[in-house]
Amino acid sequence: MALPVRRASRPRPAAPVALLLLAGVGAAFFLIPLVGLVLRTPWASSWQQLRSPDVLTALRLSLLASFSATAIALVFGVPLAWTFARLSFPGRAVLRAVTVLPMVLPPVVGGVALLLAFGRRGLLGGWLASSLGIHLPFTTAGAILAETFVAMPFLVITVEAGLRSMDTRFEDAARTLGASRWTVLWRVTLPLVRPSLVAGAVLCWARALGEFGATITFAGNFPGRTQTMPLAVYLALESNPDAAIVLSLVLLAVSLAVLIGLRDRWLGSS
Amino acid sequence: MRWRAVVAFALAALCSSCGNSAPASSSPSAPRGTITVFAAASLTAAYTAIGKDFERTYPGSMVKLSFGGSSALVAQIQQGAIGDVFASADQPNMQKLVDAALVAGSPTIFAHNRLEIVVAVGNPHHIAGLSDLARSGLLVVLCAPVVPCGHYAAQALQNASVTVKPASQETDVKFVVSKVALGEADAGIVYVTDVKAAGAAVQGVEIPLGQNVVADYPVVVLKDSQNGPLAKAFVAYLLGAGQQTLTRYGFTGP
Repeated sequence: MALPVRRASRPRPAAPVALLLLAGVGAAFFLIPLVGLVLRTPWASSWQQLRSPDVLTALRLSLLASFSATAIALVFGVPLAWTFARLSFPGRAVLRAVTVLPMVLPPVVGGVALLLAFGRRGLLGGWLASSLGIHLPFTTAGAILAETFVAMPFLVITVEAGLRSMDTRFEDAARTLGASRWTVLWRVTLPLVRPSLVAGAVLCWARALGEFGATITFAGNFPGRTQTMPLAVYLALESNPDAAIVLSLVLLAVSLAVLIGLRDRWLGSS
Repeated sequence: MRWRAVVAFALAALCSSCGNSAPASSSPSAPRGTITVFAAASLTAAYTAIGKDFERTYPGSMVKLSFGGSSALVAQIQQGAIGDVFASADQPNMQKLVDAALVAGSPTIFAHNRLEIVVAVGNPHHIAGLSDLARSGLLVVLCAPVVPCGHYAAQALQNASVTVKPASQETDVKFVVSKVALGEADAGIVYVTDVKAAGAAVQGVEIPLGQNVVADYPVVVLKDSQNGPLAKAFVAYLLGAGQQTLTRYGFTGP
């Protein structure tokens, strides 16, 4: 009870002026492009641009693909994060590096790698097509796969960090009280790391929404099938820059709204 | 005497390889410095070779090449990318820069190109012409309609009264070739020059003249050029000594 009072009455730390200046430049670096985009937006025609069927098709596809990618990332990424955080086995460091590689890899390179793995002539692609009838390149499933590839590492490292920093004594206590491994996982571990889960899922979703390079390389570009918003923005920039600006603004607004909204509600860090 | 003749012959042989602009390099006022050339993706191989020849002809000069879809390059220039020369794969994209008053002087056609169907080597799907591209089950990739190769392909398909449902609309002609070279697509419509540049992985199926489209390649010096003399020299070189190289890569003269 006494703690918050003491903290509130504490004088603000004196910030070195130089530090504040640098921070200001850093913030401006991110703000100015936003302002530029907003200032150049053709507001009068923007409603018209937004209502065009092409835009709605791209937006719908983008939402479908990014949420699907996030769902897949949750299904496979959380177990992966748990494995990295809790188990120690030879080659763990290498395996972990490989799974987070797409974070630093140029997405186009990721797209090429995906083609060589899941393309028609790829390592698994030929088998997928001949025995299961699954074709990934040039399909919506391929776009989702590309987004998952690039975005899942964000979920894995966030959840892994959460698992590593949580107090494992709660799990031990539950175990000694007779809870099964699954019960511990579902009732103790996952609820405890919920903030990391949500943060990881949001980051993953945002990255999937913005994915461009791997998608265009692996899944190609076709309206309604693989042309997500970023691809539509890129092509619109060449033929109709005003439409590109409006599309960018929509993408930006959606991402910003989600990032701000979820941060306050779920992470309680405001 | 005999030695002298040999030396003279050798010198003459050397000089013939430096092209007809050789006198420019010996004059003290020959343009030098660096220029940036924005060129359509289909010019990649030819311009890389021409750039090297040009640098040899004009000692002290350097040609920086930036390749991309013509429409993407136009967008970059409109957004303020600094460059000296722009070579487009079609007239409409060049016209955008002319309309925006971003060019110095008027564009000149320096080459023509034709379309060809690109297929895997050996032509496993036995594609003989544009009408075969409409076959169901065949994976065809085309350029996006905003890219020159896309609207030329649409024109050719229209000439042949063929409707194709492409699996993808690629943003650049080179992507179409690579999708076919990688075996991800069965066929695509690209320029003759791209098939030639791709080497052994793919082969071309000719499109008859009646259906084919001739692509005009205009080049222009950009208004914001930082090195006008060298930029002009490059354009002159393209229309002169560079023609031989362009022909070697499958283009036809203006």
